Amino acid sequence: MVEDIYRSLRLIRRTEEEVARLYPSDVIKSPIHLSIGQEFVSVGVIGAVGDDDVVSATYRGHAAYIAKGGDLRRFMAEMYGKANGCAGGKAGSMHLIDMERNVLGMSAVVATTIPVSVGYAMALKREGRGRIVVCFFGDGASEEGVFSESLNFASLHKIPVLFVCENNGYAIHARIEERWANEALSRRVETFGIPARHVADGNVFSIRKAAEELVGYIRAGNGPAFMECAAYRWREHVGPNEDYNDGYRERAALEAWQAKDQMEVVGAMLDQGRRRTIDAGIEEMIADAVQFADAGPWPEPEQLYAHVFAD
Amino acid sequence: MSSPIESGRILSYGDALCEAVAMEMERDESVFVIGLNVTDHKAILGSTRGLVQRFGPDRVIESPLSEDAVTGIATGAAMAGLRPIHVHIRMDFLMLCMNQLVNMSAKAHYMYNGQLKAPMVVRAIIGKSWGQGAQHSQALHGMFMHVPGLKVVAPSNAYDAKGCMIAAIRDNNPVIFVEHRMLYYTDAFVPEESYTVEFGKARIVRPGDDITVVGISNMLVESLRAQELLAEIGISAEVIDPISLAPLDMDAITKSVRKTGRLLVVDNAWTSTGASAEILAGVAERLGGERPIMVSRMGFAPTTCPTTSALEKGFYPTPVTIASRIHRMVRPDAAVWEPDAGHAEMAYQLKFRGPF
Ligand SMILES: Cc1ncc(C[n+]2csc(CCOP(=O)(O)OP(=O)(O)O)c2C)c(N)n1
Repeated sequence: MVEDIYRSLRLIRRTEEEVARLYPSDVIKSPIHLSIGQEFVSVGVIGAVGDDDVVSATYRGHAAYIAKGGDLRRFMAEMYGKANGCAGGKAGSMHLIDMERNVLGMSAVVATTIPVSVGYAMALKREGRGRIVVCFFGDGASEEGVFSESLNFASLHKIPVLFVCENNGYAIHARIEERWANEALSRRVETFGIPARHVADGNVFSIRKAAEELVGYIRAGNGPAFMECAAYRWREHVGPNEDYNDGYRERAALEAWQAKDQMEVVGAMLDQGRRRTIDAGIEEMIADAVQFADAGPWPEPEQLYAHVFAD
Repeated sequence: MSSPIESGRILSYGDALCEAVAMEMERDESVFVIGLNVTDHKAILGSTRGLVQRFGPDRVIESPLSEDAVTGIATGAAMAGLRPIHVHIRMDFLMLCMNQLVNMSAKAHYMYNGQLKAPMVVRAIIGKSWGQGAQHSQALHGMFMHVPGLKVVAPSNAYDAKGCMIAAIRDNNPVIFVEHRMLYYTDAFVPEESYTVEFGKARIVRPGDDITVVGISNMLVESLRAQELLAEIGISAEVIDPISLAPLDMDAITKSVRKTGRLLVVDNAWTSTGASAEILAGVAERLGGERPIMVSRMGFAPTTCPTTSALEKGFYPTPVTIASRIHRMVRPDAAVWEPDAGHAEMAYQLKFRGPF
């Protein structure tokens, strides 16, 4: 398990670093919202569910896509806008999808995927095979009215969905203290009759453990569960860079999080020879994905009109 | 009554809708109904009557007051293979659903390059009469027509209501199903069996030579009454029901205008940037230069709908104002004409009484 977690953390980190490296060259013309530094939330939670379970994420969704096993080549090609991308180039970074791996996609409009996940999970409940939906969103999304509406509905109808709030303390540049009247999000959620965990230690194993417990609770037919995971966004809100000179946050906070970087912490638990082999394999995968994207064709012009309506 | 068939069983608009939904729920397990008041004793003007008793609360789901979330939930369920019908007793409440409908449902299929579909029906009833006022009378189909990925239909009679509903449920796209409260008080011949009314096909309801009149939703009914009044003075109007607004059958409308040379669109909505503007522009583009045409449109007065009947009268086109406008277009040199008051009175929709 430790090795799997490390591989996933490393793959996400390195893929995003590669995206950030390529970005200034303009081969990627899609707004990117990097998860660098907070990948451990996706990795911890998704490790607790199966291949058949479904994951939805936000525009900051690279980590969830990759952690769920989404195709890396088609990921990179989608960044490039190529026809061999996971959505033929129509989606870009903010709307990755891979239905073969049950990645249900993402949305650029904050919180919109929350009810959609509930609806999808309602259908899974009816299907009766015990599958669940994991719905990732940010702290900002919890402020939208549809969040409360969805919690109420999901609890009322015992819908099998795990809500996961990645609390990185900022919505774009607005601090949580400027936005929340009260920080007790988990307690707010509990008033809907939904069990809620707050994992504040930034530890991937704590997240995995909490997620496993809550997934068990959901699979037993009890309805939805909720977790809030503290995290930190290392880079700027949108784009490849750091933004500690912009004055809205301190580098000291970053350094505190870097000191407990889960990729390094978990990596240190491995045999170092083994770790080097994994790392080398990941570099190959990424190079291969970039090559796949580079070589991919552009969509044909008539694709502009393809799929406006379903047949 | 404007059913395209001329005999058989008579059904009300609401009963026709209810029958269509029940037949489809029977046929296809994935169809379900969700919405505020769909299970109560009034049953959305009767249009969901008996469904919960027959199909149970898992398939006829009473919704919390959460239009935004429920639209998203319907979208998610549709993406997962179910076929939701989300019902709103007033179209005005669709404003709370706009985010999901425009940003999620309409785009699901496109954004994901065909990997997902969102087959869902959103039923919305336009209010009118008994002082429905500013927020219970709006017709917002034009807003939805604007967005690629959404289909919009507005059947004007019980026959089309049933056929369009069955087609909408089977359609693999989000369909905004526009109903009008006054249509609930009309009956038509409706076949007992299942059938679909194809989207994107207008119907010539009354053939005529002097002018083409396109009536949308309830305004089709009002236009037909105007046409009857005009027939008495020898003006022959070809009345067309577009039935489906997106897709819109511009070919049929254009063909008619090519014949008559005159076009009046009567919308049950505001005219600016709306369905009537779209239809006039479409005809002008197609016939430009080919022959001179005279065009005009009518709709809600460009103001907020007042509650008091003293002012509300001036808000809506009526058979009298429609007939008068047509007369002016067909006989521009004649004196202004209005139908005889007694006859005009007969032409109003009289069946409705309050309180709600
Ligand atoms: C409905 C909506 N309002 C505003 C925005 C602009 N916006 C984009 S990202 C963002 C911040 C959201 O913060 P959070 O949910 O905490 O996610 P994070 O970016 O921190 O991952 C905002 C306000 C949006 N995309 N959608």
